[in-house]
Amino acid sequence: MSQLPKPDSEQLRAKYPDVFDRPASSRLAMPAMMIGAFAIFIFGLVDLEFSPAKLISGLSQLGWITLMMIPPDPGSSLPLYLTALGETLSIALLGTTIAAVLALPVSLLAARNIVPSGFLRFPVRRLLDSIRGVDTLIWALVWINVVGLGPFAGVLAIAVSDFGAFGKLFSEAIEAADKKQVEGIRASGGNALHEIRFGLMPQVLPVIAGQVLYFIESNTRSATIIGIVGAGGIGLQLAEQIRVLEWQKVSFLILMILVAVAAIDWISGKLRFAIIGKRAVV
Amino acid sequence: MASAVSILPGPQLAALNDAYRKAVASKRLRMTLATAVFSACLIIAAIGAEVNLRTFFTHFGNFLSYFDRIFTLEDGTRVWTNIGEWFWGWRKWLWMLGETILISYVGTLIGAVLAFVLNFFAAENTSPVPWLRFVIRRLLEFARTVPGIVFALIFVIAFGLGPTAGVLAIAIHSTGALGKLFSEIVENADMKPVEGVRSTGASWLSCMRFAVLPQVAAGYASYALLRFEINVREASVMGFVGAGGIGQELVVAIRKFYYSDVSAILVSIIATVFIIDIGTGWMRSRLFGREART
Repeated sequence: MSQLPKPDSEQLRAKYPDVFDRPASSRLAMPAMMIGAFAIFIFGLVDLEFSPAKLISGLSQLGWITLMMIPPDPGSSLPLYLTALGETLSIALLGTTIAAVLALPVSLLAARNIVPSGFLRFPVRRLLDSIRGVDTLIWALVWINVVGLGPFAGVLAIAVSDFGAFGKLFSEAIEAADKKQVEGIRASGGNALHEIRFGLMPQVLPVIAGQVLYFIESNTRSATIIGIVGAGGIGLQLAEQIRVLEWQKVSFLILMILVAVAAIDWISGKLRFAIIGKRAVV
Repeated sequence: MASAVSILPGPQLAALNDAYRKAVASKRLRMTLATAVFSACLIIAAIGAEVNLRTFFTHFGNFLSYFDRIFTLEDGTRVWTNIGEWFWGWRKWLWMLGETILISYVGTLIGAVLAFVLNFFAAENTSPVPWLRFVIRRLLEFARTVPGIVFALIFVIAFGLGPTAGVLAIAIHSTGALGKLFSEIVENADMKPVEGVRSTGASWLSCMRFAVLPQVAAGYASYALLRFEINVREASVMGFVGAGGIGQELVVAIRKFYYSDVSAILVSIIATVFIIDIGTGWMRSRLFGREART
């Protein structure tokens, strides 16, 4: 075995001064950030009324609740819950579809390669940002004021809040599209609408379809919670049963939600696979 | 220039056209079928969700006039003509917004630490025992699938009204979401350094610390910041169920029809979300370069 030559540390030190003697600022940056983050964390715990006594009593309470949840049991209201679940799935499907249909034309306005002037693009983008900044639950409260309690308010809430998300995602997909097809259409004498229809849409639609399917999946989750404020679906039942402390029914409802989400997950995974092929399935 | 395009003789062209039509026909048929199935689903969904277009159109004016009303002060003038009157409660609202951000910060941090501890057991390439991986994965899935606000509803009963329930709900949900993302990063990590470290006789813990962690730390921080951004939005509605933050004020304002308060709180929530978005975006680009911004 050959002996490795002993490194000449003095020479190395002279050659790479910043490896051996890092300036204090760069050496201290990481610990300082960590201490800062930790300090805010401690401040947060104090400010948000955390206390060991509260945590312990809360956890023991939670333990009791968990024990009382077993076994999950719907009592006599299984048909009611199944209808509510159907309502939730309907809300998710319908809300997402409406959002996608409305967002497609608007996303064209927000895409740089369609609307080069910032005049129109900028306000459209800010509008989409503001819509996204407001949570689905808040939209649900607003729509309840307009169309009354019930699942229809939920559909509209999901449609509006997804409209903001889709507008952004679609416009990003459009901006990422290849310019060559569009130029080809233009070279053969197509007008602007032809360019969009035959040059852009064939590239963009599979991506969009994938995103819409993904959102239907994640909206099944959102649709379960908007019931909490009165916008229909299984969340309404869930919030009610939690309020009257019927823990067995609560755990049954949670199980139902988990199964439904898993099922939608599986179906939309298959569909996405069929539409856009394996490579694009995230 | 038109003469440069050569036109094929008739019979040859007809054959080509036929082949084209046949190819397109099967595709069109599939497309029509898919559209039909989808519309059928939509109609069933519309019946299930009690869609009533008549109420929608009779009340749609309400939706527009709602925005008209929330931007009008009590004395009938537009809100922006009298900012002081519009944001009359800014001290309290600013405090509540601070609490909202703090809830999401503490929640995200707890969630990120838990996810950090758990994700090495959930990743396929680093998990020491298969059954443990299965258990941890199912746990994370559960934490991720149950919406945060459902946890908040239950925690409000266990821990009492107040921000504690909100923080814990956000922490659990973040653990689930981040645990999955973190373990995906670990699964994409290069395993050669791990082999190198293990060949020196190091334990599992040292392998994780010295071989995996340096590769994945940047990705972790980036995802945690992204999660913080999402959690600020989530924390803004935790107050709806009594779990602290600005949501409490908002739900009271909406339910009691304090119109100008609704718009003031909404505007401040949107502004906060913007600022946090821009701030975390800036931080991520500072920390990890532009390519890490997703």
